[in-house]
Amino acid sequence: MKALAARRHHPMALLVILLLALVATGGLYAALQPQTAQAEAYTQDDVEAGEALFLANCATCHGRNAEGLTEADGSTLGPSLVGVGAAAVDFQVGTGRMPMQRAGAQADRKPPQMTEEQTRQLAAYVASLGPGPAVPDEEWLDTSQGDATQGGEIFRINCAMCHNAAGAGGALTRGKYAPEVTGLDPKHVYEAMETGPQNMPVFNETNLSPEDKRDVITYLESLEETGSPGGVSLGSLGPVTEGLYAWTIILSLLLGTAVWLGAKAK
Amino acid sequence: MTTTTPSSRKQASDGEGTSRAYKLGAIGGDWLDQRVSGGGLVKEFARKIFPDHWSFMFGEVALYSFVILLISGTFLTMFFDPSMEEVVYSGPYEALQGATMSRAFESTLEISFEVKGGLLFRQMHHWACLVFMVAIFVHMFRVFFTGAFRKPRELNWLVGFTLMILGMVAGFSGYSLPDDVLSGNGLRVIDGLMKAIPIVGTYLSMLLFGGEFPGTAIIPRLFTIHILLVPAMILGLIVIHLVMVVWHKHTQYPGPGRTERNVVGFPVLPVYAAKAGGFFFLVFGIITLISATTAINAVWVYGPYDPSPVSAGSQPDWYMLWTDGGLRLIPGWEFTIFGYVISLNMLIPMAIYGALLAVLALYPFIEAWVTGDDREHHVLDLPYNAPVRTAFGVSWIMTYLILALAATNDLIAIALHLSINDLTWAFRIGIFVVPVLSFYITKRLCLSIQRQKRNLALHGKETSRVVRTETGDMLEVHAPLSDYERWVLVQHDDYRPLSAGKGVSSLRAKATSFFFKDRIEPITPAELREAIAHAEHEKHELDELTGGDYRTPAEKAVH
Repeated sequence: MKALAARRHHPMALLVILLLALVATGGLYAALQPQTAQAEAYTQDDVEAGEALFLANCATCHGRNAEGLTEADGSTLGPSLVGVGAAAVDFQVGTGRMPMQRAGAQADRKPPQMTEEQTRQLAAYVASLGPGPAVPDEEWLDTSQGDATQGGEIFRINCAMCHNAAGAGGALTRGKYAPEVTGLDPKHVYEAMETGPQNMPVFNETNLSPEDKRDVITYLESLEETGSPGGVSLGSLGPVTEGLYAWTIILSLLLGTAVWLGAKAK
Repeated sequence: MTTTTPSSRKQASDGEGTSRAYKLGAIGGDWLDQRVSGGGLVKEFARKIFPDHWSFMFGEVALYSFVILLISGTFLTMFFDPSMEEVVYSGPYEALQGATMSRAFESTLEISFEVKGGLLFRQMHHWACLVFMVAIFVHMFRVFFTGAFRKPRELNWLVGFTLMILGMVAGFSGYSLPDDVLSGNGLRVIDGLMKAIPIVGTYLSMLLFGGEFPGTAIIPRLFTIHILLVPAMILGLIVIHLVMVVWHKHTQYPGPGRTERNVVGFPVLPVYAAKAGGFFFLVFGIITLISATTAINAVWVYGPYDPSPVSAGSQPDWYMLWTDGGLRLIPGWEFTIFGYVISLNMLIPMAIYGALLAVLALYPFIEAWVTGDDREHHVLDLPYNAPVRTAFGVSWIMTYLILALAATNDLIAIALHLSINDLTWAFRIGIFVVPVLSFYITKRLCLSIQRQKRNLALHGKETSRVVRTETGDMLEVHAPLSDYERWVLVQHDDYRPLSAGKGVSSLRAKATSFFFKDRIEPITPAELREAIAHAEHEKHELDELTGGDYRTPAEKAVH
């Protein structure tokens, strides 16, 4: 009995070994993968303060160690944050999407709940869990070095199908949507491309180089600067709002004129 | 009549001035008369009578927006270059500097940013186009719901219908000219629809595009269609349309003194010409005001055409939305036969569009066949007096509307925070249910209004003065209608279902039953006599009780 017990493994042992192996390969890959230098140096204090904030605000869904939680039915409550990097935190928390207001098709943008300092601390904590994309350098956000024409082409080919040619946003399946992308902090635009939040695809450095991302940001800025030379833009939503305008405002004006002319005869 | 110069005013009295003007007019008129028989023209047109009603003015709006389209379009052709030659942009719009684009797109940017007043003219041209189509639709609704398409105007209905289709063709061909991403997407849809036609589809597409889509021939070809072919056809048909209006004389709403043999209204000169002229300037003013303040089709945002990108919120102009709706609703049905793919997801919507248009074009003939009515109609129907026609019209509009809304499902989903998938299903079900439901509801509403009008004609208006008799009966005081008011309520035609046999086919019998089975019995003279006698009797009774004073005790106390 005792000999048998000594040779018997715990049932979970195999799983633990497998996990360890996976973490080891993943970690090695991550360590050897070409990385952009961490833009910001976080101190140990930042990490600790971030962890405290994390436990208080994020752990309910993401788990105490940010390992991610699943519901009883197997659906994800909150994904694992190991390796998402500081950029993802800076985007999600900095735009107020996280902490999430309510469960739903996707997290809406809202006034940020954390201060900039707290966001930085959270980013430091998550960045300490595993290597991932960092908050971008100022260099890549400097639109004076960007090329709007190039960015416009990238935007029309890669972004406009969801975000609309004018960046006014668009619908995705089952209540999800691509939000408006004008009037944003360039840092957040960069981070969104880098990390692919929510339903957005990831445009990492193999797809779009930091220069390309800067061009896109420059293009979005030039769209804002140009504004709407033709007058009221009607939300830049295209022919549908224009048609609605014709059937409501213009038709009312014409109808009013017709009734006026018809009535004057009496 | 003081058409004199200051020098002549010194010596000549008013009378002499007048006679001189007359003399000049007579000489000029005579000169014209002998050459082009101007007198006959003036006699025919100047005294032409047009009835006045606001609902008659939408045809005019369409005509005036067409004039604006011609004027602004002429301006645009002076600067637009319909060429698909590739150029590198170096104009003032920064976000496209250095981009490769077609010359057509570049010249559109030039019109927008460099030509003085160019953007205003572009926007006027586009807004006038939207207004043109809105006015045509509203005008068609008016003609349909008042039965103005009945004999002798069936052909003019067809001419109007063709004008609507040509308006769509003109709009679509113009929308494609700037060669931006959105317009290219629209062309790609047309290309796809054509290619889905079995056997000939690919040949048709090759013919139109001069090779594989998009090629370099389509913009010049559409340009010719847009600025020459279609406007010439529209202009020709407008002339026919108007000549027929003059020929048939204008219809009028029922009213005292208005019959099938007269027209009550104002002569063209001077009243109607002045009103119509004024209206033209008002329409022109409204379109200019809108174009100066509201942006439309910012092509520089869509960017130069490239077959790969499709932006979110890509839709055609409103009058083509319905053709996109069917494509968004239909499931991806297709099958392969002998190695050829038959795309039902394209063919079924196209068949539905064709059927919707065909039934609209042929409706006057269908109704004439059902009623067997061979009389001329110049007095219009009030919509509630033709319940099935009105219900059919509402049902058609609902089908059209659901198709148009389905084409905007992505924007509705965002605006209302709904799931686009759920919306698509709602429209899929709606397109079967809503037309039937709206048909039934409209028909019942029409019958209810008829019933109410019948009561009104028989018993007069309720005054909400109730008198209690000594026996406790409550009698409401009714104010009788004047003969003029009553005439409008009792003048309409009455049709009954026919039974098969005696030259009536069973199909026609069924059709008449569908049209006229539910009807409100019209008032007979005997009924009216009886109602009037009854009202007099009741009034007598009330007067005896109250001494002709229907005020309440409280009101009496005040005075």
